[in-house]
Amino acid sequence: MLAFCIRRIVQAAAVMLVVGLIAFALFRFVGDPVVFMLGQDATPEDRARMSADLGLDQPFHLQYARFVGRAVQGEFGLSLRQLRPVSTLFRERLPATLELALAAAVFALAVGIPMGVYAALRRRSWLTQVFLVVSLIGVSLPTFLIGILLILVFAVQLNWLPSFGRGETVALGAWSTGLLTASGLKALILPAITLGLFQMTLIMRLTRAEMLEVLRTEYIRFARARGLTDRAVYFRHALRNTLVPVITVAGLQLGSIIAFAIITETVFQWPGMGLLFIQSVMFADVPVMAAYLCLIALVFVVINFVVDLLYHAVDPRLRLENAAAR
Amino acid sequence: MKAMLRRCIPGVLIFAAAVAADAATFRFANQGDALSMDPYMHNEAVLLSLTGNVYEALTGRGRKFETTPELATDWKQTAPTVWRFNLRKGVKFHDGSPFTADDVIFSFERARGEGSDVKVYVGAIKEIRKVDAHAVDIVTAEPFLILPQTVSRWYIVSKSWCEKNNAIRPADVRKGVENYASLHANGTGPFQLKSREPGVRTVFAANPEWWGKVEHNVTEAVFTPIGNDATRVAALISGEIDMMDPLPLQDVPRLQSNANLKVVQSPELRTIFLGMDQKRDELLFSNVKGKNPFKDVRVRRAFYQAIDIEAIRTRIMRGVSTPTGLMVAPDTQGFAPELNKRLPLDVEGARKLLAEAGFPNGFEVGMNCPNDRYVNDGEICQAIAAMLAKIGVKVNLVAESKSLFFPKVLARNVSFYLAGWTPASQDSHNVLFAVMSTPGEGAQGQFNGGAYSNPRVDELTRRIGAENDTAKRNAMIAEAFKIHQDEVGHIPLHQQPITWGMKKNIDMVQIPDNFQYLRWVTVK
Repeated sequence: MLAFCIRRIVQAAAVMLVVGLIAFALFRFVGDPVVFMLGQDATPEDRARMSADLGLDQPFHLQYARFVGRAVQGEFGLSLRQLRPVSTLFRERLPATLELALAAAVFALAVGIPMGVYAALRRRSWLTQVFLVVSLIGVSLPTFLIGILLILVFAVQLNWLPSFGRGETVALGAWSTGLLTASGLKALILPAITLGLFQMTLIMRLTRAEMLEVLRTEYIRFARARGLTDRAVYFRHALRNTLVPVITVAGLQLGSIIAFAIITETVFQWPGMGLLFIQSVMFADVPVMAAYLCLIALVFVVINFVVDLLYHAVDPRLRLENAAAR
Repeated sequence: MKAMLRRCIPGVLIFAAAVAADAATFRFANQGDALSMDPYMHNEAVLLSLTGNVYEALTGRGRKFETTPELATDWKQTAPTVWRFNLRKGVKFHDGSPFTADDVIFSFERARGEGSDVKVYVGAIKEIRKVDAHAVDIVTAEPFLILPQTVSRWYIVSKSWCEKNNAIRPADVRKGVENYASLHANGTGPFQLKSREPGVRTVFAANPEWWGKVEHNVTEAVFTPIGNDATRVAALISGEIDMMDPLPLQDVPRLQSNANLKVVQSPELRTIFLGMDQKRDELLFSNVKGKNPFKDVRVRRAFYQAIDIEAIRTRIMRGVSTPTGLMVAPDTQGFAPELNKRLPLDVEGARKLLAEAGFPNGFEVGMNCPNDRYVNDGEICQAIAAMLAKIGVKVNLVAESKSLFFPKVLARNVSFYLAGWTPASQDSHNVLFAVMSTPGEGAQGQFNGGAYSNPRVDELTRRIGAENDTAKRNAMIAEAFKIHQDEVGHIPLHQQPITWGMKKNIDMVQIPDNFQYLRWVTVK
């Protein structure tokens, strides 16, 4: 088990390094931040000196090596755009993104699973048809369009919910939360739906398919033959077995919810990591972009690592395979 | 309360001019945030506009964009290179410390020192001498007629506050440490910085101790950056904000048809123009080999006359741009109204000119263009490409983000491009020096992406910089503009509009550099 963990950690570190390297290779194509850092009346000499002082004139692998050298010491430098430490910026922005991602995930699960179950049990009902159409829209419409449509209906036409921002926030130590105020909760609704809609439809379709699959199995027929009530059959036996793959997929999707929050955050001016990233790209703010990409890579790596560990714990066949391979 | 106020609008309207209406909160939004609260960190409009509510300079701008006394009550030239500025007495910074000549001298050292991005505003100043606690002599290296205008963007900071908070220098990325002044502010202005969450919310509170005459009724102002155009418009329509900038041109009719909203537009100081590489012997991006067509003035003139500026104005700019024949806007010092005439649109003539220059079938040229910097910049370039196609010129358009575009123009690795320029000093000399002079030492001609060069223009620019007589100075500016026009050094296009969307109950003054001063906001 220990060997497995170590091997996994080494692999994860390699993934992170490769992500960083590719990112730095791409940064050459996002432009030159020095143009924005110095005003329009700066001299070419000023620009050249700033570029040299920041090491931006060096080849990307050298810049990358310097970044890694400092990153392993927990030092990400200053944002070129705001001249504030990247770590501080992330600390300010992370709560917003995590709360949004969590709300979106809860929404996706809380709505997606019941819809999926219903659609599996009442296959011919009109409501099921409605659910399937909704899920088709959720899968096919791009996120920014869903966000704009929701703003149009609920903010502009109905005036029920705010169209942007996070509302009032409360500071709990270093964590600023919008979950404790009425305006914060109201502000969370539209972005969470926008971000979670795709995952919701995915979970609904998955639940439905799994449920249909399970309902065809022998033990369900057996349960019926024993004269159990529908309720017991559906919810005690079928649903439980359905949920195993659903939860696995939902867990894996959490990473992509955090990563794809970029678009939702841009549309709703949600002050999270994604918005910070987009603003940084427009400024070619290399330290922030690099740290963000590494952080997202880390999120995916950690989630996959945890899932691997769980599988390993749950499924004895994996252990046997490993033993055989050795 | 808001709804009640709105119902009372007609009543309030009558008294608004005489009596400041009830205390009010004013919420405004921009597409971007100020990158710092330190007015020396970036020489950039949003930053200087926002911090301009907190900080003040020796001179300021009035409602008509005229130069007004601010922290200096008056000034006069005591010698060709010496200006006496008398400072306002009894002014206090927000932290309670008094404003004196020492703060001016400290601010000068800070503005011209390491890490400052506003060196351009104090660049002409050689030294500042303290006369007494409330008077200074500003000594320039050469006679510098426009000193009072130029220092209006150089805000005065408090010496004691900067020293106490270890902010003697602005934040410097190379030092790798945060700076107190990036998040806090201590000025003498009509508003105090109450709270600052970068990228989220900046709150200003009216300064009850302000020295000036209060012409606003704002007690609290909340600034929010909203990057997405559609979201910003939605926030205004749904009533979550009172005012926003910029309003996308396509949304203008929609707001105008709304009974609660209004659109306020006026021309900006920035002039949008086209540049052409006139230096290289062979263009970087063209199918013409062995020679550079843009070296021939007939080709440049043909390009100029092929452009239908009216079509751009009516179709792309929705009727609100101001076509220009000069490289400066009307509110710029030295603007020569008699020269502000464009070459007429003449497609036939343009074709003839091209043929005379040896390109009867036109040629191919690459064009560089930003697509997120100026109002509808990408669309303008597409239209120009289509217009040039009519005279046989095939334009290969590269429209890209400003972070990719500007490095190319600054390195002059372009053949044909669109750009814009606002003279930071609001004076023609800055345009002549940075955009129209031969690229040379320091910042001379540094934004002259096509390396247009005429020795007489260079000579005039040098002399304009040191001329002390307004009439002579304006005559030289006009002469330089005329030469540049005759030679089609650049092709000026238009001044783009400043477009604000706001609620009907807001009164606010729009000035051509698009600074948004809270001291002129009335919420009715």
